[in-house]
Amino acid sequence: MFDFLQDYDILGAFWTTIQLTFWSAIGSLVWGTLLAAMRVSPVPLMRGFGTVYVNIVRNIPLTVIIVFTSLGLFQTLGVSLGAKDFTGINFRLAVLGLIAYTAAFVCEALRSGINTVPLGQVEAARAIGLNFTQTLRLVVLPQAFRSVVGPLTNVLIALTKNTTVAATIGVAEAALLMREMIENEAQLILISVIFAFGFICLTLPTGLFLNWVAKKVAVKR
Amino acid sequence: MAVPEGGDALVVLEDVDKHFGTLHVLQSIDLTIHRGEVVVVIGPSGSGKSTLCRAINRLETIDSGTITIDGKPLPAEGKELAALRADVGMVFQSFNLFAHKTVLGNVTLGQVKVRRTDRKKAEERARSLLERVGVANQADKYPAQLSGGQQQRVAIARALAMEPKVMLFDEPTSALDPEMINEVLEVMQQLARDGMTMVVVTHEMGFARSAANRVVFMADGRIVESATPDEFFGNPRSERAKDFLSKILKH
Repeated sequence: MFDFLQDYDILGAFWTTIQLTFWSAIGSLVWGTLLAAMRVSPVPLMRGFGTVYVNIVRNIPLTVIIVFTSLGLFQTLGVSLGAKDFTGINFRLAVLGLIAYTAAFVCEALRSGINTVPLGQVEAARAIGLNFTQTLRLVVLPQAFRSVVGPLTNVLIALTKNTTVAATIGVAEAALLMREMIENEAQLILISVIFAFGFICLTLPTGLFLNWVAKKVAVKR
Repeated sequence: MAVPEGGDALVVLEDVDKHFGTLHVLQSIDLTIHRGEVVVVIGPSGSGKSTLCRAINRLETIDSGTITIDGKPLPAEGKELAALRADVGMVFQSFNLFAHKTVLGNVTLGQVKVRRTDRKKAEERARSLLERVGVANQADKYPAQLSGGQQQRVAIARALAMEPKVMLFDEPTSALDPEMINEVLEVMQQLARDGMTMVVVTHEMGFARSAANRVVFMADGRIVESATPDEFFGNPRSERAKDFLSKILKH
């Protein structure tokens, strides 16, 4: 019953999924943090940019964004992000699209965390002479991050599953392989279960681990 | 204990006005605080005394008038403002210790990031300040693990770590349980004796009597009286002050 599985590199496909998730998670954490900083900054132009970015990007379907990175950025504008072959180019474009999209959600999670930091913390930081950036970096964001580990876990789990959209531009991750297997084999249910199980293996431990982290780093007031 | 009039002026407020919407919270405030002077600001709730205190390091902006500190006008924003705030210590009613940092981390943060002090030296200084305010054995705990009185003493140490020219206290004991008020007041008494310039907004009349060089009485956004503690408590001139004192000193 399971013999046909030997013809496919399922672990390899999931490894690509993990790599997509990993780089997109790092990138969207960085870009999302910058966006959140913009959204609370005293400079109106930055606040405006942050608001417009988040409200546009989070309302576009991810598929449209991923397809645009391939058709728009690569095929029309020739952006290849420094990769030589199609596999590399598509992988990097998918990561770029996932970062652009996920960062909007990271930004909003973080902003709700920033709102939980009492104003007194900011006043105390200013009162000892910290400037805006230092106040944000040393006092507000560390506390904000601790309070949003839970919501960020949700974003990470959603991201893990969203990497399947990269299949639309031919990145050889789990969903692409699943489609190929379903076309070739008469084992629809078994294949679906295998891939569903694969994703649960990725996301369930992540969720449990980060819930534990959330409790551990929570700021006591 | 009295500081001579016309001495070395450190904080000068001239004709300061501020509104919160239609509420005129500060009305043509003129106040000069001399180096080494301890000024206690008292008055009923909503009289503008906290706003006055917060305006001195620009946590509240003012609508008109001027505030100068050590001869320099208060900068509006940016680097200059941050530099000025580093020279003005502030102690809050609700302590506001950085919740994610240990006691030691709270006291070293400003030294390291603003004063660019070497971390080792900053820690040494922090420990000696914590010793001075009597919480040296709590250095590695987090603020939430401390009592209110301990937290406020750490907050004083955090402000002192910046070697401020003047210390502002915005109702430092109002959020404390009664039995913890004295431990904070004692630290403040000691500071006053050591010659620190202090502006203290408080309801602690005992502290005003014993530690202040001057009592400033505010009501409805104005400075109604400014006198030595003996004069003010013994022989208040304005009706408003007499009324206020009769209400709080009765019990």
